[in-house]
Amino acid sequence: MARNIHGVHEPLFHISKRQESSLLLAIGVRLVAILLALVVCGVVIVGLTGLNPVEVYAGIIDGAVGSSRRLWVTIRDALALLLVAVAITPAFKMRFWNVGGEGQVLIGATATAAVMINLGDKVPAPVLFALMIGASLLAGMVWGLIPALFKAGWNTNETLFTLMMNYVATQLVSFCIVFWENPAGSNSVGIINSSSKAGWLPPLFGLTYGWNLVIVVAITAFIYVYLRYSKQGYEIAYVGQSVNTARYAGINVKTVIIRTMAISGALCGLAGFILVSGAGHTISTTLAGGRGFTAIVVAWLSKLNTFTMMIVSFLLTFMAKGAIQIASQFSLNENASEIITGIILFFVLGCEFFINYKVEFRHRHREG
Amino acid sequence: MKAENAIELRNISKRFGKVVANDHINLSVRSGEILAILGENGSGKTTLMNMISGIYYPDEGQIFVHGEEVTIRSPKDAFPLGIGMIHQHFKLVDVLTAAENIVLGLSGPTRLDITAVATRISKLAAKYGFDIDPFKKIYEMSVSEKQTVEIVKMLYRGANILILDEPTAVLTPQETDALFAVLRNMRDAGKAIIIITHKLNEVLALSDRVAVLRRGKYVGAVQTADATVESLTEMMVGSKVTLDIDRPDPVDPQVRLVMKDVTCVDPEGVITLNHASFTAYGGEILGIAGVAGSGQKELLESIAGLTPKESGEIEYYPPNSETMDITGLSAVEISRLGIKLSFVPEDRLGMGLVGAMDMTDNMMIRSYRKGGFFWADRRAPKTLAEHIIGTLEIVTPGVSTPVGKLSGGNVQKVLVGREIASAPTVLMVAYPVRGLDINSAYTIYSLLNVQKMRGVAVLCVGEDLDVLLALCDRILVLCGGRVTGVVDARTATKEQIGLMMTQSGKGGER
Repeated sequence: MARNIHGVHEPLFHISKRQESSLLLAIGVRLVAILLALVVCGVVIVGLTGLNPVEVYAGIIDGAVGSSRRLWVTIRDALALLLVAVAITPAFKMRFWNVGGEGQVLIGATATAAVMINLGDKVPAPVLFALMIGASLLAGMVWGLIPALFKAGWNTNETLFTLMMNYVATQLVSFCIVFWENPAGSNSVGIINSSSKAGWLPPLFGLTYGWNLVIVVAITAFIYVYLRYSKQGYEIAYVGQSVNTARYAGINVKTVIIRTMAISGALCGLAGFILVSGAGHTISTTLAGGRGFTAIVVAWLSKLNTFTMMIVSFLLTFMAKGAIQIASQFSLNENASEIITGIILFFVLGCEFFINYKVEFRHRHREG
Repeated sequence: MKAENAIELRNISKRFGKVVANDHINLSVRSGEILAILGENGSGKTTLMNMISGIYYPDEGQIFVHGEEVTIRSPKDAFPLGIGMIHQHFKLVDVLTAAENIVLGLSGPTRLDITAVATRISKLAAKYGFDIDPFKKIYEMSVSEKQTVEIVKMLYRGANILILDEPTAVLTPQETDALFAVLRNMRDAGKAIIIITHKLNEVLALSDRVAVLRRGKYVGAVQTADATVESLTEMMVGSKVTLDIDRPDPVDPQVRLVMKDVTCVDPEGVITLNHASFTAYGGEILGIAGVAGSGQKELLESIAGLTPKESGEIEYYPPNSETMDITGLSAVEISRLGIKLSFVPEDRLGMGLVGAMDMTDNMMIRSYRKGGFFWADRRAPKTLAEHIIGTLEIVTPGVSTPVGKLSGGNVQKVLVGREIASAPTVLMVAYPVRGLDINSAYTIYSLLNVQKMRGVAVLCVGEDLDVLLALCDRILVLCGGRVTGVVDARTATKEQIGLMMTQSGKGGER
């Protein structure tokens, strides 16, 4: 009970919200978090494998950016992740929990592949690309619109709905693979148009992934401006902050939900186009590769700022690529590398708590 | 000392970040005493009480209960000490009965004997003069009945130190009197009672002693018998203030807005506004009185085009032009017709403003549609924000500070400032001074008077009848969604309005 033997007991510590956050503090806490993460990773590496952690870190850097080719693969994958993160940002700014990026990417990729396979050699390149982009946008949009319409009409839970749409998309891809199998019996599509390269994004400025770079950076900049300076961006912000305020401002909340998810879904679909036409040139059920979910981490780590997302998505991809390298170099299980990424994410995400709250410990001495 | 201190606080401090909510406060209450804690909003009254009831833990200082030092880490620690707090927002389960709510969470024999519980409740009720039906479900109860359940819940658990946080905010004058009678009985039975309030008349009517807080500091305590409204106000504010509200006579009032027989039904099918009719004139302030939730919100929102109407009509009479029917129009359609209708809603940071956004973005809530197709115009709203800061003397680090970080009075000035900036012809305000310090409240009253003298039809929903009677020209009274009358504020009395507030328009009771 409260009146215990010693009379008075203060709790060991209590937690209070910081009233104002300083930039210096925020940067400092994050740096400490990354350093701590590296130290803990080091301890884990030594403890589990007996390897020198410095060599392992060197391996990570080598794997991610060790050669021009590796650097560009890292950039290519970071761009794909960035585009998905940018695409889901309008929805999250509206506080519409779109966890269906995965499915929207996949369905956009499927639409792209369908155009490539069926029309690849039949129409001229500009028309083909226009059709591929159009198809991917449209497919992603439909996938985003379905949960939005249900949300606007009947206030269904968008998190569950978008999540389930992912499984539908995966099944749809499996179904399509049956028809597109190449070679027969492989249960995979193989490289599409491998000889004619029809529908493959060509190099730009001599860069293999030049088009990827231009498209993704342009969309990143556009969404930044769209959310911050456009009327529709303000509508999204008001709906996200408070539906009541939006109503008060005379905003048609349903229209905004539907319109925003159409944009969000369409851009995810476009990421599918980039993945098929600008990177893998094939389609499989695992094409999205969890990007729809990782993108949520990227978006929130960046506080929905699309430019910060560039850095965050590059760092996450960097770690993933480095992880693959150390897995083979030190013949570690591939999961070992994921442990490192996990530890780093744990610290980086966890440090947000210390940026927003402070912990006060019990005063050591008491008078009397 | 005639009785021991039931509770004593010594040097209690509590900080939230850099804000010092309580600064070395000393306070004591004896058994058999009613202590009123008086202070403006933000003076630290509720924080202090939350530390006694275990919701917050003090940064510094000691708490003594019946002379013994104690640690109160959570409400669980407070109960065995006999401390019970009745919060502004009731903590009751709607679908359970009064008796079930009262025993909820108590340990006891495995088999619950609810009749025995009910008998004990009835005994308590008889002892202190409560009116309570142990078997009535909470959702069937009025606000005052719910409050009774909360108080009985504390007594049932053996509380002998009772803390009530602004208990009269939701009550009619008659219900307030009944509550005070009960509290006096409890005092006479030897309980220590602390009541938090900022209504001076109630302090004088009820308490034995008054402790005053100002900006987190303890100003002092006086015997109620030695205090007057003026002396208490001076202690609260720290300087002399005049308490008279200006009421200029209306100049050439003209019909501006007519509501005819409007009925609103909420999504659950409850009638919120029941065949309401009235006329508002330009150049006068029409007060709207009623117990909380009597249809005030729906009345204003149905005019603003934010709540769909089941039936009825609303007509707008512009100065010097044709009458317009605005019955079925949405807020956007009304403003497209060029009708300057401004609305200061009750929920300032949840509806009128966005707390996380800065002043410019908040100005844009009204103006973001202006300008071209794609770009939102940010320059004009920024100028407006700077202008409002200057004219209304808003205390803020700058236009880019989130409005949620401003004090209550400044938040309200931002909102009112934006709404009157459009030069409205109809201005609707809901609880315009709730939570504001006295000086800010008087600023708001004079802003409303300026609008009135400009010929604006001002509709003002209020909760403090003294204020409505001093500020308004006419007062419309709502009860259960019905308009039970419109009185002349210069001649009407509080009792008269109180009766109209409770005159049950059968049905519509929430």
